Order: sequence, then structure tokens, then C-alpha cells
Amino acid sequence: MTDVSAPANPPFRPSMLIYDRRYRSMTFQVIVFILVMALGWWLVNNTIQNLRALGKDFDFGFLFQRAGYDIPQTPIPYTSDDTHLRAAIVGLLNTLIVSVLGCIAATILGVTVGVARLSNNWLFARLMTVYVEMFRNIPLLLWILIIYALFTEILPPPNAYRGDDPAWSMILFDNVALTNRYTAIPELGMTNDPGSLDLGARVTISWATISFVVAIIAGFLVRRAILSWAQVTQDRTGVRPTTWWMSLAVMVVPSLLLIWYFGLHLVPPELKGFNFSGGLNVQNALVALWLALTLYTGAFIAEIVRAGILAVSRGQSEAAFALGLRPNRTMNLVILPQALRVIIPPLISQYLNLTKNSSLAIAVGYMDLRGTLGGTTLNQTGRELESIVLMMLVYLALSLLISGGMNVFNSRVKLKER
Amino acid sequence: MSEMHAETVPFVRETMLPAAPPPAREAGAIRWLRNNLFSGPVNTVLTLLGLAVIWFLISHFWAWFAHSVWRADSLAECRQIIAETWGEGASGACFAVIRERWHQYMFGFYPPELYWRPLMAFGLLMVALAPVLFSESRTIRRTVLIVSTAATLILSVALGIPMPALILAAIVMIGAFFVAERHAPWLLIFSALYPFLGVWLLWGGSVWGPLMVLASFGLGALAWVIVARFAPMLSAVAAILVALIWWIGFSGNAAEDLQGLIPLGITPVASDQFGGFLLAITIGVAGIALSLPMGIVLALARRSDMFLVKSLAVMFIEFIRGVPLISLLFVASLLLNYFLPPGTNFDIILRVIIMVTVFAAAYMAEVIRGGLAALPKGQYEAADALGLDYWKAQRLIILPQALKISIPGIVSTFIGMFKDTTLVTFVGLFDPLKGISDFVRANFAWKGIYWEPFIFVGAIFFIICFSMSRYSMYLERRLARDHR
Repeated sequence: MTDVSAPANPPFRPSMLIYDRRYRSMTFQVIVFILVMALGWWLVNNTIQNLRALGKDFDFGFLFQRAGYDIPQTPIPYTSDDTHLRAAIVGLLNTLIVSVLGCIAATILGVTVGVARLSNNWLFARLMTVYVEMFRNIPLLLWILIIYALFTEILPPPNAYRGDDPAWSMILFDNVALTNRYTAIPELGMTNDPGSLDLGARVTISWATISFVVAIIAGFLVRRAILSWAQVTQDRTGVRPTTWWMSLAVMVVPSLLLIWYFGLHLVPPELKGFNFSGGLNVQNALVALWLALTLYTGAFIAEIVRAGILAVSRGQSEAAFALGLRPNRTMNLVILPQALRVIIPPLISQYLNLTKNSSLAIAVGYMDLRGTLGGTTLNQTGRELESIVLMMLVYLALSLLISGGMNVFNSRVKLKER
Repeated sequence: MSEMHAETVPFVRETMLPAAPPPAREAGAIRWLRNNLFSGPVNTVLTLLGLAVIWFLISHFWAWFAHSVWRADSLAECRQIIAETWGEGASGACFAVIRERWHQYMFGFYPPELYWRPLMAFGLLMVALAPVLFSESRTIRRTVLIVSTAATLILSVALGIPMPALILAAIVMIGAFFVAERHAPWLLIFSALYPFLGVWLLWGGSVWGPLMVLASFGLGALAWVIVARFAPMLSAVAAILVALIWWIGFSGNAAEDLQGLIPLGITPVASDQFGGFLLAITIGVAGIALSLPMGIVLALARRSDMFLVKSLAVMFIEFIRGVPLISLLFVASLLLNYFLPPGTNFDIILRVIIMVTVFAAAYMAEVIRGGLAALPKGQYEAADALGLDYWKAQRLIILPQALKISIPGIVSTFIGMFKDTTLVTFVGLFDPLKGISDFVRANFAWKGIYWEPFIFVGAIFFIICFSMSRYSMYLERRLARDHR
């Protein structure tokens, strides 16, 4: 046998940078790198020249100056004497409030509608289809404007609730009053207030909230322990102990005890003078934005859920029944894991879309991050470059956080192959 | 056996009984109702709930619709007419606002005597799209061409098109029909020229501007052919370089010189006169046409083996997808002046189109990346085994299949982008939804009119977006190659 050795490397020639596949990608990347650097240098250079021509500088010092404007909804204490930075944080918190509320409500709505579209009931399924198509094919901005106009044009001023025979009356057992300026809802009150934890910078958090969070997390952990104990018992003896009442108890009982201990109750709003007080007056900008985001995103989530359920073939549930699994175990062990695998990735991007779409708050004047940092602060200080860059970075960080967190969850439910 | 059987069975019927009709409750409408609406207690409750919702909507809104007023000069007059006809306190819709202001909803502040130009651009767009969108079905293509030709010509006469332009348009559109009848792919030449024609019709001005930009493509092609003779690898680079140099460096001056030499042109229309659906469709169509190729390039870059290219694509896509479109539009309106050389000031619509395109392209790239990832590995390996180079493999094997898989996602990105064109209102453009409606409401006669403009604009958006999604379903069916 002759020795078959690899042909010796031919001597390097410059033309190999283009014609030899081994070097071509290097050449290409070097060219791309140079082009990108040149583009970046060009942009930065232009910016520096333009800033100099305008007599401006690139400086975030304005964030620590007095803001001088009021924000209607402040999750943390804020006055017009506070800094622009604090105003921006209030705005960010407002963005988060509407996004989180929207994500929760849109998920509930979307899952309900998605399942309802698969219903055997012809009429109900058609109604849900009409809803989904209506909301998917008409711009979100239109829904925000319509719902906001409904609130401001149709609803009465607060004093319509006055008098012995008022023109309007409160709904939901006298707990909610809809007016053209705000929606008055009940507030949570405590008879046994444990005080608050001071986090500094005038931000406080109630001990009651902390204890509820701790109780719920602890409940989840204990429930997991119970379920794994049940699994171990089932593996050893073949009989799965009944756990539902234990799970329910550890999830619910601590919270009930805390409610009893703190004397938690609803304080309904009451009309005093010309306005409601006692409860919480939620401004209509938030309610309208939240409703529009929920209805719009809910339609998309409904389609995702429907597709996810349809993606699990009927044979899967039949096989599970043939194995003798009960319907709820079939759902938990066979259908949901497979449907979730299809549902989760697009669901994440819907959450992201909702968060980004919350910037349409501009249409109703809700002071979110764009309204504070990218709106009033920008206009007052004239720092377009800094404000918009900072705002985009915050949105970017928010998006990356959400998608990162959800990707971790997704990698846990996704199919483990090979 | 049969004899035994005959003995043991006393009676055998010899004639077939006629089929009896099914029981009344198992047939026809009753059965359908039972199966689909009242099959159980839960379903019955749901049906009643659905009927209640429908009844609620009809009882609340039917009277309002039925009492519509189409001829009035102001909201007050509308209300007066409704009160006179239907009695005091009756509510009714005042669609007279649409009748009086339809031109602003359609064309914004475009000069009224030039309304035929956007209309012609739209009609020719249909002609240009016909061979692309309906390449396989002659019947559909024929219908689209006939309907768009007839509608465009009739409507443009109604809008007062000058005679020479009408004759020219008729020749082009009817000619296009016969070309398509003879050999549809020839019409693709018109599709390729359409962007220049459309831009020229909308913005007007000298004919030499678009022609000189077109010339840069010609010069690029020339450079490609010449360089390909002795350095095939460099031909693409040379073509792009030559086209760019001509376009940026010389085309503007050349167009001016030629205009001075042979003045040929139509009335120019500035960007701030655009508005309404003209603006939405201009931005939407341009964004759709540009974001698809950009998305494909980004998706390929993101799946590239080259580290630098891949990481640049990832950074770009994730950055664009991570920020709201509004902030990008603010960049277009407020910050672009900082990033460009001092003294540059280019068209706001163009800036918005660039931002909308970039935004849609990032989403498109992710959709197409999904399609590329869904292709079985064997397809890539087969392409390699056939000895195809990267671009040939992509063009002939990978992309046709990957794009087919991604059609639903691509079209929903298009729909999302078209809906997002309404956001341009926040950078001071007059979109039909908020910009024009606010403008109409600013007039005292129509102060306080909300629902009618919303319904009108919403209905048009719905029609356009819904037909896009139906088209994607048609396309999916047409391209389905597996027989499941």
C-alpha cells in the first residue's frame, strides 16, 4: 500500500484570500469589521460635530436636577421637587404596572378564548372567532383610543353619583364607580397594621406584603415537597397517596391566617363632596390602556393557545387513557407538557410585545417611561440624545430580562432529544 | 348448506325495503341544533350566553346604525336631522363626516387636482403585484388585472385626470393585461420598474431623478458583467461599489443637468402633504417590500458560521426587537439629525420608512430563522452533496423551502407592520387614525365626533389586514407539496 498522505499545503498566495474557502470567510469578516468600524466612527464623529455646532454636550447630569413636573400616578412617593431620575423611575414603575397587569389579564383571557374557540358549541366558537379576528386585524392604537373615548365621553362625572336618586349607581355590589376622570375601586385596609419596612429613598414596603409573599413562596415549596413525597411513595408501593387536600391546605391556609391576623378587608370608595375617596381612584388612562392591551394581546394569545392544543395529536390523550391515567393526570402529564412546548415561545414574544406596546401610553397621556423620561423630561431639558438613548436602553434591558427569564422556563419544558 | 338454511328459515324477504327517513329529531336543522348548540347543559348555557351577547350588541347599536345620517355639514346639523326624523332623544350615527372628509382620510393634504396620481400609483401597484402574488392561477390574475384596470381608469376619470395621462395609463394597463395573458413572467419587468414609477407618481418632480437612480442599477449590472470576465468573485463587490458611487456621488447632479437640458416632469408634491391612507399604504408597501429581503439577509447572517457576522446580526436583531417602535420613530424624528453629517436634512417619510423597515426586518429575520431551523438537516447535506456553493444552495434548495414554511409568520409580520404605520402620528405625520381624525375634530363643525371616524378607519384596516391573512392561507394551500 502506498502511503496516502494529505497533499502538502500549497504556498500562500494573496489570491487565496478570495478563492480559498479556508481564508475567504476570514477576509470577509475583516472587511465587515472594517466597514462596521468605519460606520460607527462616522456616526460618532457626526454626532460630536453636531453637538458641538449646537453647543451641547453628552452628559447625564440633568438626571439629578429638579424635575419640576407632577405625575398623576406615583407608585413610590414623588413630588415635583424630586429629580428627573426619580421621575424616570416612577415612569418605569408605571410601565411595569400596566405591563404586568396586562400580561396577567391577557393570559387569562387568551387561554379562555383559545379553549372556547375549540368548543363544540357552534355559536360560541364563532363569537370567539369574531373577537379574535376583530382585534388581530385592527391597530392597537385604535382600540386604545376607542376605549379611552368610551371612558371620557360616555361615562359621567363623579357628581352623577350624588343625591338621593343619582343618575348613575356603582357596580359590583357598590364597590366600583366608573367616572369620566377615574375609576374608583376599593382599597385594601388592615385593622392590625404591622407597619412598613423602610427601604431608603422614601420607599417603604408593608410588612404585611412581605409576610404574604413569604407565605406564598413557602406554600409552593412545601407543596413541591409533598408532591415529591407522593412520587416516592408511588414508586415504592405503587399506590399514589391522595395529596390534593394537603396541597390546597399549604397553599391557602397560611394566607387565610394572615388575612385574619392583619384583619384585611376592602374599603369601598365613597362619594365625599365632588369626588370619591376612601378607595383607590385609578386614572382612566391606566384602565383604558390596560383594557386595550389586554383585549388586543388576548386575541393573539388565544390563537397561540389554540394552535398549541391542536398541535397535540388526539392519539396522545387516547394513549394516556389506554394506559389508565385519569383525566387530570392525562392533562398534567401528557397534554400540557406537549402543548406548553408549542405555546411558551410565542407567548414570551407576546409578553414582550405587550410591554413594548405599553409605550402607546402616549396616546392617552399615561405617564409611563416614555411619558416621563422620553416625554416631559426630554422636552424640559432639551436632552434628546441622552433621554432617548437611556429610554431605549431601559426598554432593551427590560425585554432582555423578560425573554431571558422566560427562556430559562422554556428550556425546562422543552423536548429533551438525543 | 343453502338448502338446509332454506328449510330452517321460515321466511326470507326478497325485496329491499325503501330507506326510511331518519327520526325527525335526528335529521336536518333539529339535529344540527342539538349537536352544535344544545348538546349538554354547559353548551346550552354557552349558547344562551352567546345569544345574550348578540342581543345586547344589536339592541344597543342597531338603532344607532339605522339612524345614520349621510348628508350634513356639521355634527350639530346631524343631531338636528336625527332629532327631527326619529324623535327627540334618538341616537344616531353621523357618517356625514366621512362623506365630507373622505378625501382627507384617503389622501391627506395632497393637492385635490392631483388625486389621480396616488390612485394611479395604487392601480399600477396591483398590476405590478399580479405576476408576483398570483403567478400560478391565470383566473385570479386575470380578475385582479381587469378589476384594477377598470376601477383605476374609471375612478381616475372621476378624479379629473388629464387626457394625455389617461391615455398613457390606459395603454400601460391594458398592455400589461395582454402581456400577462401571453406570458405572465414578462410582466415581472414592470414589477421591477414599478418602485421608480410609483415614487415618481407620488412625489412628482423631474422624471430624471428616478431615472438616474435606475441608471445606477444599470451601471452596477454593467460593472458586474465586465468584472465577472476576469474576477468572478469580485463582480458582486464591483457592481455594488459602482452603483453606490454613481447613486451617491453623481445621480443627483446628473438628474439636475438633464432636467435643465430636457425639462420633463410633473408637479412635485412635498412629503408634508401626504396623509391618511395614502401615507399608511405608502409606508406599509415600502416597508413590506424592503423588510423581506433585509430580513432574509439578517436571518442568513444570524445562522452564518462566521463569528463576527453572526454576532453583529444577533446584536442588531435583539436590539431592534428589544425597543418599542415608538422609540425608533423618535430616533427618526429627533436623533437622526445628530447622526448624519451637519446640514443633512432628508425627508421625514423616508426616515420613517427606514425605521419601520428596520423594525419589521428584525422580526422577519426571526420568523425566517425559524423556517431555516425547521428544515431537515438532510436538505443542507443534500445541497452540499450536489456540490452547490453557499449562495446556490440557499437560492435553489434552502430558501424556497424555508420561506414556504415561514409564510404565516411573514404575513403576520406584514400585517403587524401595516397596523404599526398608525404610530407615525406621534412624530407629526397625519395617519388616518389619529392624525387626520384629530385634524377633522379640530374644525368646529365636527368637534366631538369620535365613533364614526373610528369605525370607518377601523373597517378599512380590517379589510386590508384580513385579506392579507386570507391571502397567506391561499398561498399556503397553493404551495403545499405534501399530500396530507
